[in-house]
Amino acid sequence: MTLARRTLATLALLALLALPLVAGKFYVDLIAKVMIMAVFAMSLDLLVGVTGLVSLGHAAFFGLASYVLVLVAPDPYTAVSLWTSLPLAVGACALAALAIGALALRTRGVYFIMVTLAFSQMGYFVFHDTKIAGGSDGAYIYVKPSASVGGWSPFDLNSGAHFYYAMLALLVLVFVFLRMLLASRFGHALRGIRSNEQRMRALGFNTYCYKLAAFTIAGAIAGLAGYFAAVQFGFVNPEMLAWHQSANVLLMVILGGMGNLGGAIVGAFAFVLLQDLFSSLTKHWPLLMGGFVILAVMLLPGGLTRATETWRFWRFGRRHG
Amino acid sequence: MTSIEGRKQRRRVIKALGAAGALGALGAPVAALAQASKLKVGFMLPYTGTYAALGRAIENGFKLYVKEQRGKLGSREIEYFTVDDESEPAKAPDNVNKLIKRDNVDVIVGTVHSGVQMAIVKAARDNNTLLIIPNAGVDEATGPLCAPNIFRVSFSNSQPGLAMGLVAALKGYTTAVTITWKYAAGEQSIGGFKETFQKGGGKVLKELYVPFPNVEFQALLTEIASIKPSCVYTFFAGGGAVKFVKDYAAAGLKDKIPLLGAGFLTDGTLDAQGAAAEGLLTTLHYADNLSTPRNNAFRLAYAKAYDSKADVYAVQGYDSAQLLGIGLRAVAGDIAQRPLLIGAMASAEIDSPRGKITLSRSHNVVQDFYLRQVQNGQNNAIGLAAKSLADPGRGCSMG
Amino acid sequence: MDLPIFLIQTLNSVQYGLLLFLIASGLTLIFGIMGVINLAHGSFYMLGAYAAFVLSGLTGSLFWAIALGVPLAVAFGYLLEWIFFSFLYRRDHLQQVLLTYGLILVFEELRSLAVGDDVHGVSVPATLARSVALGSTMTYPVFNLFISGVCLVVAVLLFVLLQRTRLGMMIRAGASNREMVRSLGVDINLLFRVVFALGVALAAFAGMVNAPASSVYPGMGNQVLIICFVVVVIGGIGSVTGALVAALMIGFVDTFGKVFLPDYAGILVYLLMAVVLVWRPEGLFRESRA
Repeated sequence: MTLARRTLATLALLALLALPLVAGKFYVDLIAKVMIMAVFAMSLDLLVGVTGLVSLGHAAFFGLASYVLVLVAPDPYTAVSLWTSLPLAVGACALAALAIGALALRTRGVYFIMVTLAFSQMGYFVFHDTKIAGGSDGAYIYVKPSASVGGWSPFDLNSGAHFYYAMLALLVLVFVFLRMLLASRFGHALRGIRSNEQRMRALGFNTYCYKLAAFTIAGAIAGLAGYFAAVQFGFVNPEMLAWHQSANVLLMVILGGMGNLGGAIVGAFAFVLLQDLFSSLTKHWPLLMGGFVILAVMLLPGGLTRATETWRFWRFGRRHG
Repeated sequence: MTSIEGRKQRRRVIKALGAAGALGALGAPVAALAQASKLKVGFMLPYTGTYAALGRAIENGFKLYVKEQRGKLGSREIEYFTVDDESEPAKAPDNVNKLIKRDNVDVIVGTVHSGVQMAIVKAARDNNTLLIIPNAGVDEATGPLCAPNIFRVSFSNSQPGLAMGLVAALKGYTTAVTITWKYAAGEQSIGGFKETFQKGGGKVLKELYVPFPNVEFQALLTEIASIKPSCVYTFFAGGGAVKFVKDYAAAGLKDKIPLLGAGFLTDGTLDAQGAAAEGLLTTLHYADNLSTPRNNAFRLAYAKAYDSKADVYAVQGYDSAQLLGIGLRAVAGDIAQRPLLIGAMASAEIDSPRGKITLSRSHNVVQDFYLRQVQNGQNNAIGLAAKSLADPGRGCSMG
Repeated sequence: MDLPIFLIQTLNSVQYGLLLFLIASGLTLIFGIMGVINLAHGSFYMLGAYAAFVLSGLTGSLFWAIALGVPLAVAFGYLLEWIFFSFLYRRDHLQQVLLTYGLILVFEELRSLAVGDDVHGVSVPATLARSVALGSTMTYPVFNLFISGVCLVVAVLLFVLLQRTRLGMMIRAGASNREMVRSLGVDINLLFRVVFALGVALAAFAGMVNAPASSVYPGMGNQVLIICFVVVVIGGIGSVTGALVAALMIGFVDTFGKVFLPDYAGILVYLLMAVVLVWRPEGLFRESRA
């Protein structure tokens, strides 16, 4: 990262740390939500930006984890333990991703997009049509998971500020983890697959296994985000698995810039904050959103984090390339 | 006590008295300011989608009462905030948050869709906001999730079904098939019907469901024709009700298999349904032809103000305003006086166009349910289906 | 389930399948010939339905509404391709997905601004507002038979166009090998524009003709879009025959699923797609590229 970027990132981190001290509850909750979406976006960036697998069904894992939380609670009024329900939810997502990926990765290109879409729609209908948890009305969690271990409580998720800092910690942890993953041999292999899969296979890599591993890890991290999304709003709904949600997170990734995890974070912030801004301006905010999406993809194909490069390209053309 | 300590103590006492006096002086105008400032009423209603007409009717009914009270309830002027909930449960938590956290409303009036209502009830409980439910009958709101600050002036989902089940059993129908949208309101309405119908000796052969707000009924109508029950019980409302009644007639089932419905099937929809609805039997806590002075005056005023016929939703909106008015009058507009406000509202006797109504312990309405038949484009009461039917309030731990 | 009821449900399945075929055929041609993933295809169906609502309100007759609406749809498709979609050919699939997703949002809100968000019924024309007796208990609305009939006629016309005309020949060639067609000197831009307009018109026509049966409501395009993608993927991208077979399969699975396994009806269609793709990853009738 350049010095300019590193300074920006540090300033942003400091601002996030300071936020609960200056802002009201509404904004603390909003930024916490954005951070959860940023984790979700980073997980998709691993698939789309790094490995080149465009999945239109990533919301399936996001939603699955939230439903696991609801289903694990014996009744809506008892608190479950964070330390047992979270691994359960993430584990379920990892297994689901393994199963779905094993089948979906047999297809390529646009068929892969369609198959991932189909699987997430299946998940949507499982929760929408059956009596597993409230159907189309969704289900509620009235008591947040408790973080206590043998009597000692490191933090209380019921407090807005505690939850916020927990999400900030989650964001930083996931970012660091993914960075390390990308810097490793595994990460380099993934990038190689995106750039030329045949070449990787010729070099002796079992690309199917690498892609499956990436798919599983991405699914598990998406589950992590989904779990806390359910905790924050105490409400799960089949729409969390719908293709709209998958399209939205895909948009965040492309908006921010693919392949560098910072882009996913920036994209998540931009998308959620823009949506909040537009919806406060007019009832017809999807019009603004749709127009914005079209303009952003047309004019900034590299995303916001590559805006300076795109600007230089527009300004100076290919003379410097 | 030495004189030095005595002086110190006196100074402390004087300082304390002075501070108290200053606060008191500040406090009084603040309290008066609170009463002079407008009361914030937040409408969370569907203004779009299949239930849009219902949302509008509720708002119209509410505002009609406020207008009749010269724009004030309990000497407070009203400031309205609205959020369109689109009858979408997925967006509901965000939408109700806007009213509570962004607009800081004093009371929420909403909504129609039972799934959306769950989100509002949860938010009202979490934030201790006053909530008046003008329609959604989701059983939980006056059941396991009841709370002192939650009131309902409409009905609970199972009530019309409970009433119709009694009617069907009395009429001698032995078997039934039910059809409705697959969400809380539909399921609970069917549950009510099943309970009384089965107690009366009937049997529900099959329960058919359509995803909300889908209106493609053809395959399921064919299935009903295949099963040949002695009657069909249904719950639909708004746009869906219009389509279902018309499709049922077009499938030739209307004259072969009697269609029984929760009253929403024909309330506010008769103009669109036309001849297809003639003769249909429904149960509801309101009928167009209730010839009381109160109802007649209400219907006239509503027609004059909004150029359309009043329906049950307008009545419920009107009664929401009445209930709020009763509470505010008891506390002279000071909505911060919760215990007194809630006590007044809970023991209120509301002079509703549907008749005098009171609230049960779980804050749901106790009322008569009429058996109605569609005659010449009107829902006319032809008898009483159930008297003073209180919602069972199962699971409510209040009172 | 006795025979008359089985036959009626078959009728319901075929009606749904043929309707899906009309919409999906346009999608598969656009996909196959231009290589563009168009998520906004469902919006054309929705716009057609709303056009039927508005035009039948103005002219008083559904027939006139369709007669006016179809040319409007063709013109709209032509213009849309020219102004917007021609820029999508060079983009990769991911960008196409997002750009057309943005287009869905724009169309929905423009419709909301123009006509509002209420649910509307469209009246069945008086001549078709009868029912015929089928079996002892129920009657079948004549209009539903009309829908099936019309869709069948259009399907036949489409096949004639594709198999027996020069234009059809170019379209089929373009679906199987785009580059070759271009290098053979065919005006590819014009061909694309015509195909796109055809696709839009088919989807809009389906919306118009089905409007009395389905009602007109916001979001109706989204539901139909996903199912159409499933049809295209099962049938094979670019294959109109495949779209017909797949659409009919889905019509049956969906209709009988609703009756026998209502809780799982939604999942069955996607299960079918997953199974087909695992067995034949490129669809049932995929025309192999030279």
